[in-house]
Amino acid sequence: MRDVIEGRVWVLGKDVDTDQIISGKYLTIIDPEELKKHVFEIALPEFASAARAGDIVVADENFGCGSSREHAPQALRAIGVSALLADSFARIMFRNAINLGLPAIELRGVRALFEKGDLARIEMGAGRITNLRTGRTISFPPLPSQVLDLLEAGGLVETVRRRLIAEGKAAAQ
Amino acid sequence: MTPASNGGLTLAEKVLARSAGLERVVPGQIIEGAVDLAMMHEQGAQTVAPFAQMGATRVWDPERVVIAIDHWVPASTEGAAVLHRILRKFAAEKGLPHFYDVGNHGICHQILAENGWVVPGDLAVGTDSHTNMLGAMGAVAAGIGPTEMAAVLALGKIWLKVPPTIQIRARGHLGPGVTAKDLILRVLGEVRTTGATYKSVEFTGSTIDGLSMPERFTMCNMTTEMGAKCGMVGPDDKTFEYLEKIAKHPMHPLSADADATYETQVDIDVDGMPPMVACPYSPDNVRPLPDVAREHVKIDQAFLGSCTNARIEDIREGAALMRGERVHAGVRFIVSPASTSIYQQCLREGLIEVFTNAGAVFTNSSCSACFGGNMGILAPEEVCASSSNRNFPGRMGAKEARIYLMSPAAVVATAIRGEITDPRELQ
Ligand code: SF4
Repeated sequence: MRDVIEGRVWVLGKDVDTDQIISGKYLTIIDPEELKKHVFEIALPEFASAARAGDIVVADENFGCGSSREHAPQALRAIGVSALLADSFARIMFRNAINLGLPAIELRGVRALFEKGDLARIEMGAGRITNLRTGRTISFPPLPSQVLDLLEAGGLVETVRRRLIAEGKAAAQ
Repeated sequence: MTPASNGGLTLAEKVLARSAGLERVVPGQIIEGAVDLAMMHEQGAQTVAPFAQMGATRVWDPERVVIAIDHWVPASTEGAAVLHRILRKFAAEKGLPHFYDVGNHGICHQILAENGWVVPGDLAVGTDSHTNMLGAMGAVAAGIGPTEMAAVLALGKIWLKVPPTIQIRARGHLGPGVTAKDLILRVLGEVRTTGATYKSVEFTGSTIDGLSMPERFTMCNMTTEMGAKCGMVGPDDKTFEYLEKIAKHPMHPLSADADATYETQVDIDVDGMPPMVACPYSPDNVRPLPDVAREHVKIDQAFLGSCTNARIEDIREGAALMRGERVHAGVRFIVSPASTSIYQQCLREGLIEVFTNAGAVFTNSSCSACFGGNMGILAPEEVCASSSNRNFPGRMGAKEARIYLMSPAAVVATAIRGEITDPRELQ
């Protein structure tokens, strides 16, 4: 995880549930490269074709509510989204994103800071988010150390791998 | 972080302290809990790759892992067939004996409940968001993603942030034709879909004491729609009686302290409460059903199913209204029991005949029409009355389709009249 993340912003409304991120009909797809073609098909139809690696998704309250599908953050990561910002996240969405190593920052008022296409800068260590077009800035409390450790390692897979090695339980490579 | 206060603990705090081997915990504290039960459905197929990438070889305790496929049973697409095959292979390789495969299948949460896989005091996790349902056993039961499940399978442990607790105190009697589903919809109307995000919801009060275990399952099931990490009812004689012959491992019954600290307390008086309905497009868009009925909302499909409300009690209640009636012309009515054992019970009691004689489709047990990926899918602009738990855009098919959530009795009354109907008019 980089300490400073910059990217072009996509904006979403309130209560965007996981059905609107990846519809129920694609749930049997496992390959993230295939999944990413269908991301936000309902909530933001132009996203899948127009999004670029490094883009940042900014949502209003309760982003990723509804069913607990990891397909949602997986598809976003496959498309190259560099961070998720939201006024609030549904809990499983937040955990899934962090566990996949995708920074997710919850901050009241973050949605109102941006319009579609703005450039955002996120300073993880300093706890600051800036709209580079308007110059407006808001601050967030630093993420808990366990969460930062997970993001540093690149997600839960790497964290557990290191732990199993340390405990002598990992498979021989 | 060290616990700051010396006050009492809520039910969730008690269970999480036990799981972490700690004397006490406080909201906000991050703990590592020992998992008592891990459940996977089709989404579990996505745990296989991360499990291998972690370098894990063994599952921490095969006796504590349940696999129950339910979304596409029997497989209705090639993709689903592949997911099922991945899980069967994984279970065989890792020696996981508790696989509820086609023929012995059911909705994963119902499988856990009716087989006693979750007991008081447990920390249970599942790859489905409605794992909350099992909190009715006096357990902390929460949904997690498949990568996280891979870590649980490898370690038997999970990191959790101790949630603050909302206490919901319900008192009074539910009137005839008014059910636990109506009560939880009413609660949702007050707490809203974001009102309990990251929190534990603890139900208490004389109304809850009076509810059966199946009714408590319905209540805890829909705490997911409030964003809750878990929904719980303290164990009592009903819990112990329900689990007496089926509990799969020892119980550690815990109860909230009298001086526990709650973030919020919500009081609900249910006396005189009418049936409720959640209107499109959110489970918290709740109105008294009689008000909606006055608007003559016509439906195209009715669905009596899902982990919220497809237990034998729900189907019996529906059959009592259906007997001697017909499904309204132009309405498709789908009834899907929550498990194979409930299916068999319906068969023994002649309930399948009641529904099929009336013109309904009685399917094998699965998630069925609940999630818009298997069967009973809605076309644009169609309207559905459903006993399930979600009515977001696109939940059951087309995003323009409109879903109204209600009790099983109300679904049946609505199927008979062809428009949203107060079940008390037919009782
Ligand atoms: S019945 Fe519906 S809500 Fe329950 S597990 Fe299946 S898809 Fe999810």
